[in-house]
Amino acid sequence: MDEINRIDQGDNAVEEIEHTADWAIRVRGKNLETLFQNAAQGMLQLIQASSRSGTSRSKTIVLRALDNETLMVTWLEELLFNMETHEVNYSDIDVQKVENCRLRATVRETPLAELKKEIKAVTFNDLKIHSTDEGFITTIVFDV
Amino acid sequence: MIRKQDFQRINPVIWEIPRTFREDMRVPVRIFASEKILEATLGDRSIEQAINAATLPGLVSHVVVMPDVHQGYGFPIGGVAATKLPDGVISPGGIGYDINCGVRVLASGISADEAEPWLDDLAGALYAHCPSGVGVKGSVRLTAKALDNVLRQGSEWTERNGFATPEDVLRTEERGRLADADPGCVSDRAKQRGRPQLGTLGAGNHFIEVDIVEEIFHAEAAQAMGLRADYLAVQIHCGSRGFGHQICSDYVRELQKAVQRYNIRLPDRELVCAPLDSPEGKRYFAAMACAANYAFANRQVLTHHARMAFEEALAGKVGDWDLSLVYDIAHNMGKIETHSIEGEAVTVCVHRKGATRAFGPGFEGLPDEYRELGQPVMVPGSMGTGSWVLLGTKASMDLAFGSSCHGAGRTMSRRQAKRTVRGDQLLAKLENQGIHIRAGSMPGLAEEAPQAYKDVDSVVDVVSEAGIAKKVARLKPLIVIKG
Repeated sequence: MDEINRIDQGDNAVEEIEHTADWAIRVRGKNLETLFQNAAQGMLQLIQASSRSGTSRSKTIVLRALDNETLMVTWLEELLFNMETHEVNYSDIDVQKVENCRLRATVRETPLAELKKEIKAVTFNDLKIHSTDEGFITTIVFDV
Repeated sequence: MIRKQDFQRINPVIWEIPRTFREDMRVPVRIFASEKILEATLGDRSIEQAINAATLPGLVSHVVVMPDVHQGYGFPIGGVAATKLPDGVISPGGIGYDINCGVRVLASGISADEAEPWLDDLAGALYAHCPSGVGVKGSVRLTAKALDNVLRQGSEWTERNGFATPEDVLRTEERGRLADADPGCVSDRAKQRGRPQLGTLGAGNHFIEVDIVEEIFHAEAAQAMGLRADYLAVQIHCGSRGFGHQICSDYVRELQKAVQRYNIRLPDRELVCAPLDSPEGKRYFAAMACAANYAFANRQVLTHHARMAFEEALAGKVGDWDLSLVYDIAHNMGKIETHSIEGEAVTVCVHRKGATRAFGPGFEGLPDEYRELGQPVMVPGSMGTGSWVLLGTKASMDLAFGSSCHGAGRTMSRRQAKRTVRGDQLLAKLENQGIHIRAGSMPGLAEEAPQAYKDVDSVVDVVSEAGIAKKVARLKPLIVIKG
């Protein structure tokens, strides 16, 4: 897999990488909270979600899972499910805590205008969250 | 890194990675490929993924890889693996996220010449009648109870509700209904996603095509199927939409715990699985059957809409605008089947992911008109090229658990395709070739460019030479509808 595109997410980065059939991103974060936050923002950028005018609301999401990799899949699927079934977009995502396989985040939901691309599922393919000197890194493959 | 010299060449189109190649392999991996296709396949991780799949508990014989193989997640797309009952495993990753993604072909009595002046009208009518694109909702509104009935009954539900003829149901794999479906094993989230989407095409590589039957290779089979040279045929390619994806996601997550419970060691977490006779394995199979039934019903409702579009665009302009189903076949499915393994009849769960069932002559589940010929196999090619209708063979039963290829197979990533091809230029090129295109997104069109796929003819040549399918007819596109 070759790195081909860098999606700027501040002091960390999300890179889109090649996958024959589907989409894959490599995500970095200085800690688990930024890793999870960058993964969500990178995914939203891939599907090119846009908002329309209307009432927005703040919402707290609390999730738990078997391990951090399962938590990552659960977190991204949570956002995708809400976007599809409740027709919302996310304008602010603040992952406040990832600890002991639990996540707490505050998000701002706005009415969804359009999704240009569709992610059908978040996969476990080669999914492993690695700890590095700079923080954490992982690769996420999406079924599209 | 897998190299060409790691394969043993069994014949010009069958190659094998022996079980001894990697310590954790339980069975060999056998790939159907020409030398050129094999070399191209080594460019991604599909063979490594097939070797990973060969580590699953309970496998019999060998893991089969079709010539349209490409890298997937966990299993490769274009893989077939059979696990022995009762305690061999079932793996959602070996079936795929889009459970019962499949293809149906419909035959017509409309000559291409007769239809030619009305093709653009027909393209517009199909695009209007058959909802497509990201997040699209269908015109069928299902209550919670009605959805459960769809999940239990599949195509039977569509017949009861005026979307199918009795012949449609007879000409669908398993008559459009897997009996083990249990809506109680499906999450509320999957049901929420499934309720608004019945009768929708979606996006990605799914499509509706109107084709001309370009050439007939097996006159008797083509006649039984209603396919005539220079007449129109229709292909519908889609699956179980968000409903099936949610079921796969739910169970891939749930079975992460099961592999620990049953002490199963896996090289890739996407291969998670559970013994078929375990509570987890049984629940996944019952949920998967629901998604399979949903997909059969989905393609049938789309067929109903396509018939309405044909009537709207062609009634009074051509002699006969009816469409008759040739066959509907899944290419992402797990099925309980009996196969002869080393001379013994063995009941197995055949995982086909990006592979089509291709049963030979004599199979009792086939409709009368196909029983002595073999099962029709649909092989859609890339957009703007050709597609094939084939027949399953006895050799397929012996060599590939009654399976064959499912399409052309990608060679280029979606991102690379978009870098290489511009959607608007591709649209103009295809329209110059006389193909009428209706597409929801230009980047989406570019991702599905013919250059991103293998040559479907060379894929079909391999399965034909290997004897696992016979050529019946080649189709060429006139209209392409994409989400």
